[in-house]
Amino acid sequence: MAKNMTIHLKVWRQAGPEAPGRLVDYTVKEANEHMSFLELLDVLNEQLIKEEAEPIEFDNDCREGICGSCGLMVGGTAHGPQPRTAVCQLHMRHYNDGDTIVVEPWRAAAFPLIKDLVVDRTAFDRIVAAGGYISATTGGAADANALPIAKEKADAAMDFASCIGCGACVAACPNSSASLFTAAKIAHLALLPQGHPERTRRVVNMVDQMEKEGFGDCSNHAECEAVCPKGISIAGIATMRREYMKAMLSS
Amino acid sequence: MQVVETPVKLDSQVPAGRLQDKWDTYKDYVKLVSPANKRKRTILVVGTGLAGGSAAATLAGLGYNVKSFCIQDSARRAHSIAAQGGINAAKNYPNDGDTIWRLFYDTIKGGDYRSREANVYRLAQVSNNIIDQAVAQGVPFAREYGGLLDNRSFGGAQVSRTFYARGQTGQQLLLGAYQAMSQQIEEGNIEMKARREMLDLVVIDGRARGIITRNLVTGVIERHLGDAVLLCTGGYGNVYYLSTNAKNSNVTAAWRCFKRGAYFANPCYTQIHPTCIPVSGEYQSKLTLMSESLRNDGRVWVPNDSNDTRPPSQIPENERDYYLERRYPSFGNLVPRDVASRAAKKECDDGRGVGETKLAVYLDFADAIKRLGKQAVEDRYGNLFEMYERITGENPYKVPMRIFPAVHYTMGGLWVDYELQSTIPGLFVLGEANFSDHGANRLGASALMQGLADGYFVIPYTLGGFLAGVPMNDDVTTDHEAFAATEQEALERINRLLSIKGDKTVTEFHRELGQIMWDHVGMARNRKGLEEACKSIAALREEYWQNVRVPGVNETFNKNLEFAARVADFLELGELMARDALHREESSGGHFREEYQTPEGEALRNDEDFAYVAAWEYTGDHANPTLHKEELEFEYVKPTTRSYK
Repeated sequence: MAKNMTIHLKVWRQAGPEAPGRLVDYTVKEANEHMSFLELLDVLNEQLIKEEAEPIEFDNDCREGICGSCGLMVGGTAHGPQPRTAVCQLHMRHYNDGDTIVVEPWRAAAFPLIKDLVVDRTAFDRIVAAGGYISATTGGAADANALPIAKEKADAAMDFASCIGCGACVAACPNSSASLFTAAKIAHLALLPQGHPERTRRVVNMVDQMEKEGFGDCSNHAECEAVCPKGISIAGIATMRREYMKAMLSS
Repeated sequence: MQVVETPVKLDSQVPAGRLQDKWDTYKDYVKLVSPANKRKRTILVVGTGLAGGSAAATLAGLGYNVKSFCIQDSARRAHSIAAQGGINAAKNYPNDGDTIWRLFYDTIKGGDYRSREANVYRLAQVSNNIIDQAVAQGVPFAREYGGLLDNRSFGGAQVSRTFYARGQTGQQLLLGAYQAMSQQIEEGNIEMKARREMLDLVVIDGRARGIITRNLVTGVIERHLGDAVLLCTGGYGNVYYLSTNAKNSNVTAAWRCFKRGAYFANPCYTQIHPTCIPVSGEYQSKLTLMSESLRNDGRVWVPNDSNDTRPPSQIPENERDYYLERRYPSFGNLVPRDVASRAAKKECDDGRGVGETKLAVYLDFADAIKRLGKQAVEDRYGNLFEMYERITGENPYKVPMRIFPAVHYTMGGLWVDYELQSTIPGLFVLGEANFSDHGANRLGASALMQGLADGYFVIPYTLGGFLAGVPMNDDVTTDHEAFAATEQEALERINRLLSIKGDKTVTEFHRELGQIMWDHVGMARNRKGLEEACKSIAALREEYWQNVRVPGVNETFNKNLEFAARVADFLELGELMARDALHREESSGGHFREEYQTPEGEALRNDEDFAYVAAWEYTGDHANPTLHKEELEFEYVKPTTRSYK
């Protein structure tokens, strides 16, 4: 049978962007090894509502590690201690009875805080809008098999395309750089022949937008790769730089 | 229970002519909107999943002003993103005999002859364009070494017509649509409103003219005016509390439209997906699907003996019952979802379930690993295996997965005609939110196909036809009294929820509702249970409005308040589902009435009396809804007993 455990939490509470924030202590006595970390927060929130306190706000949706909504610093690590695991897929069996866990929001100037553990990640949307697409008018496409693409290339593109846009890379980076996120999209599209006509504008505009949003530069710490729930490789950042240099030289 | 019926005939607006020519003929004659006039039209698109995202991007590309809304913090996070297995198309790249006709036929049959022929044929026709479009956008579908696209098989088909991007097909297709939207946002053609929830529809002079939204960060209630409203808000599986839907998926937008006059069709048709990770405890917040594609290579079994508690590896071959292969030799493990789910339920009801709760069956890859090698299995399903291990702590390369059915998809939804228009002019409904293409049961890899077909290839034509016929530049503004009144009602609902300050949380109520739905309106239904469900849901609803506790205030980010409003609507929808299930005295697809089954336990349809779409009209909170019937005519496919034996 599933093991019961008591878990202590220190959770960042902040009523709004301008309000002061602080860590608040909570205890959940009915934690269980099969529970996910977000289910632990659910149980705590139910407890808080019963006590007429305000529940903790945190973004989450699919709880399958694919939508990218959730994102918490758990014990000082983006998405918590399990490698390649979004926090919604982190399970309590990785903790021990009596553990104390600190829970904080992503911290980055480009991700302003909304409330408690919820931050505003729309900067990512603006980076994609700056060029993270292939222009393809609906209805004008050629037969899908008209353009063979080597399996290795398609697989590599898929590796980069699997980014879920959660923002862990930014939260983990000492410079709060969005390089891994931006590079993943650039590398995905640069690996495919369909992406070639726009590759120059794409890289220049996306990189410019990334800077405008206030993300820092990349200085090769590789913290981003370590926390990425999809295991996206920093080789993408090298690709982004190469693409950028080529674009600069050709313009 | 008394069912109020009216003789009003629902007009599906299906064009005349041969099935194969209907859509082309429609396109030949539909009215067009000139580029100059497109710029003067504002289209409100609610939801940014595959249907909403593809519609918004395409309409904006055509020159319309699009305003797009989603409840998530980014359009990229709509729940379509979680679709795993793949997308069907009749490309016939493997040369295994597929045609548009076969995809059409399989979908009609898979839907247990409860869908509209013309819509389904159109769906099959445009399926190929979707693959072309996605590849042009850079969607990295799986490929073979020769560089061409790879296909796999899914339930309910004997050909390989499913395109996939590892186990993340929904994600990749959604990102394709999201990126296309992003381009239109950058070019100023789409105004994106994220973290906005549609609370109501504004109807003026009988036409859908706007929506009321709540800003989920500030609580501000907002008015939006448009020339048409496209509802692309997904399904209502979360009425069961536990489902594979995302936590925020809900029925509110569709339900509000129902209460404004849009008919709700076939609400009882729900899909229970056979391969999900079993429930582990009371705190469980949602269920996780393991893609149906796993049934390509995994074999489903239970021990012969219900008292067998040995670990699976110690149960010898001859003491295992591969019950799907035994009962359905021609489709085996690839029978459609409804059949596979009921079969699993039967095994568990008979006491042969496995695991701690005995509510699970094995899905075993040992043979596949022996046949193909571990690497090949990992290439196909690696990320699914990883996900399974993360959740359960067990390694499926070594021990069989334990799976159990879970609520996954809702075939029912707002009634729409061939043009995807609801019974409220100007309100169009796309994707899972409508009822149109899957009949009583959806085949795997067809949801992505339908969402994108509606958004990329159907609505761009049919919307134009509608707009060409309605006047432009009328003097309606958001100051219109209908906007003010609708906004006021929305605000009052919120204030009422906040003022109750009762003893039970929203989640407690939701869980209770879910239990009623699962027990009585779930995989197997009967008259007594459904009548009971109607009563207990009504009682629970009553209690909700007396005793729910919603913390905090409106003017802030308040997730519990969002849920409170959604659960209030689920408490109304649940009863309609039970009513619909009660009136449908037959078993078809996802709707299985215990009273109507063959001696072998297979679903027994009644075409004589029930070959129609049940479209319900709202007539007041304390009045029974009125039933309207759209008779289904099968001109091209003769309904037969669905057999996968």
